[in-house]
Amino acid sequence: MTRLTIDVRKQRGSFQLHLQASLSDGGVIALFGRSGCGKTTAVNLIAGLLAPDSGRIQFDDTVWFDSEAGINVPAEQRGIGYVFQNARLFPHYSVIGNLRYGLQRSRADVRIPFDQIVALLGLESLLNRQPRQLSGGEQQRVALGRALLSQPRLLLLDEPLASLDQARRDEVLPYLERIRDVLHIPMIYVSHQFEEVIRLASEVVLLEQGQIVAQGALTDVSLKPELRTIIGAEAIGAVVRATVYSIDGDTGLAQLRLGSGHLNVEAQGLTVGQQVRLQLLARDLILALEAPRYLSVRNMLKGIVTEVRIDDAQAALVIVDVGGVLLMARVTSSAARDMQLRKGVMLWVLVKAVTLRGHVYAGAQKQIGPL
Amino acid sequence: MSSVESQALYLSLNVAARSVLFTLPIAIAIAWLLTRRRFIGRMLIDAVVHLPLVLPPVVIGYLLLLLFGTRGAIGSWLLHTFDIRLAFTRSGAALATAVMTLPLMVRAMRIALEHVDPGLEEAARTLGARAWDRFFTITLPLMAPGILAGAITAFSAGLGEFGAVITFVGNVPGETQTLPLALYSALQSPNGDVLAARLATLSLSLGLCGLLLSECLARYLRRKLGQPSAT
Repeated sequence: MTRLTIDVRKQRGSFQLHLQASLSDGGVIALFGRSGCGKTTAVNLIAGLLAPDSGRIQFDDTVWFDSEAGINVPAEQRGIGYVFQNARLFPHYSVIGNLRYGLQRSRADVRIPFDQIVALLGLESLLNRQPRQLSGGEQQRVALGRALLSQPRLLLLDEPLASLDQARRDEVLPYLERIRDVLHIPMIYVSHQFEEVIRLASEVVLLEQGQIVAQGALTDVSLKPELRTIIGAEAIGAVVRATVYSIDGDTGLAQLRLGSGHLNVEAQGLTVGQQVRLQLLARDLILALEAPRYLSVRNMLKGIVTEVRIDDAQAALVIVDVGGVLLMARVTSSAARDMQLRKGVMLWVLVKAVTLRGHVYAGAQKQIGPL
Repeated sequence: MSSVESQALYLSLNVAARSVLFTLPIAIAIAWLLTRRRFIGRMLIDAVVHLPLVLPPVVIGYLLLLLFGTRGAIGSWLLHTFDIRLAFTRSGAALATAVMTLPLMVRAMRIALEHVDPGLEEAARTLGARAWDRFFTITLPLMAPGILAGAITAFSAGLGEFGAVITFVGNVPGETQTLPLALYSALQSPNGDVLAARLATLSLSLGLCGLLLSECLARYLRRKLGQPSAT
């Protein structure tokens, strides 16, 4: 079901933003792009903190903005929650005061009760503190709680982790995943860190210089050349969903079912039956035309080439279908030429188990909504 | 303290306090307009507010007489409609002081407002707070350090307003003879040296106390709100 329909333009100096998208009800939508591509402007247009020059924004049955009809619902009446890059907690209110600020002003029924948010975000011990006494991660958790308690119909998150160091990010990310899995509020998540997108998003909108260059399911967008332009050759790789099939206590490896094959990864932190998202970096995949023997590599997936794409002067990107799941390998141009790689070639994809660690993200225990 | 001194001190305090209470909301409104809004005539308002800084106080007093004197346009209306007389009264002294200290107040309120992160007001918007709600729950409390500091400074300055006051309301002991006016009278009289010195000392101590108090309060409150301490 389509919930948010946007078609707006905004000129800022010489920068022209054109945002045209319809976002369905499917968990987290990531707005991804480099710094300065217009992500924050886009979110501010949706929030109503900025007015578009022209166009239309509709959420469910409510028109938020329509330049022709002269409609512009002010931000405070849109029923959105907004988590900013820096927490923007009110310094003259305690944590409780901050949390209640939106709750008291909400015009919607209370679907998300105070106690649930406090428990979900682990805020019990922080309630009576002042914002300046909190760490960056704690501040961002409170900001998240404050936004959620305003009972939003749509939650906007503008790089909520960008001002935090890596340790703090790892501290806050699980809370975001928990919110996504428990509360079922549609979220738009702005980021320039693809790792965060992999962990949180189900759909991705790629933004470059104010224009949407690609959009779709995370698994599809991860293969797009437009993403390659943004994140570079080193970070590109197929994002796939897999289920933990079995765990071998002796070897410490978990077996994931992936397409028609299996994949062994370190079992640490995984449980049988769990849904995981993992990114198989294109540079970490090795292609072989015959099933190789006498190799230390444990993961071999049989597949068929669906596309060979020239990446740059030295390399080609090869998309391989391994039983319904698409993987992407980056190989040298000379290898692609020598192996005569083209659509329809059968081959083996080799993945070193150790290279997967750090690229496996535990999804929801119970997967909700389509990925 | 002699009766002349205590009377002058009381009058000064009374006039300065009323002037501050009167100018505070006006100064906050003007400061808000000047910092947060872009409109035609903004520069003109800015200039008019700052006029008392560059004009001789006597000119301000004279203009007040023209406007608020019993036969002035506004003065006669006030007198006939509300029976309020400003010329040669304590209230008139407060008005003259208010006009003279307004630039100081507006300046202080602008600095106070610049200490308020507009991002916090945006955050309040996204949480459902409408304009006045935002102003009273976010903007005003965060301006508090600057408002207090500005009010105390304006109060201290108001205690000693001379030129505009003597021109507009004269030098009536017990009604409009504030500290500086009493000091002026003392200097005019043959045996007033000692009284003048004592009045001067009183003014000096009051001014010093006011400035110190305003700085300390502002620092304390800023620390409490986690704002940068620079003014």
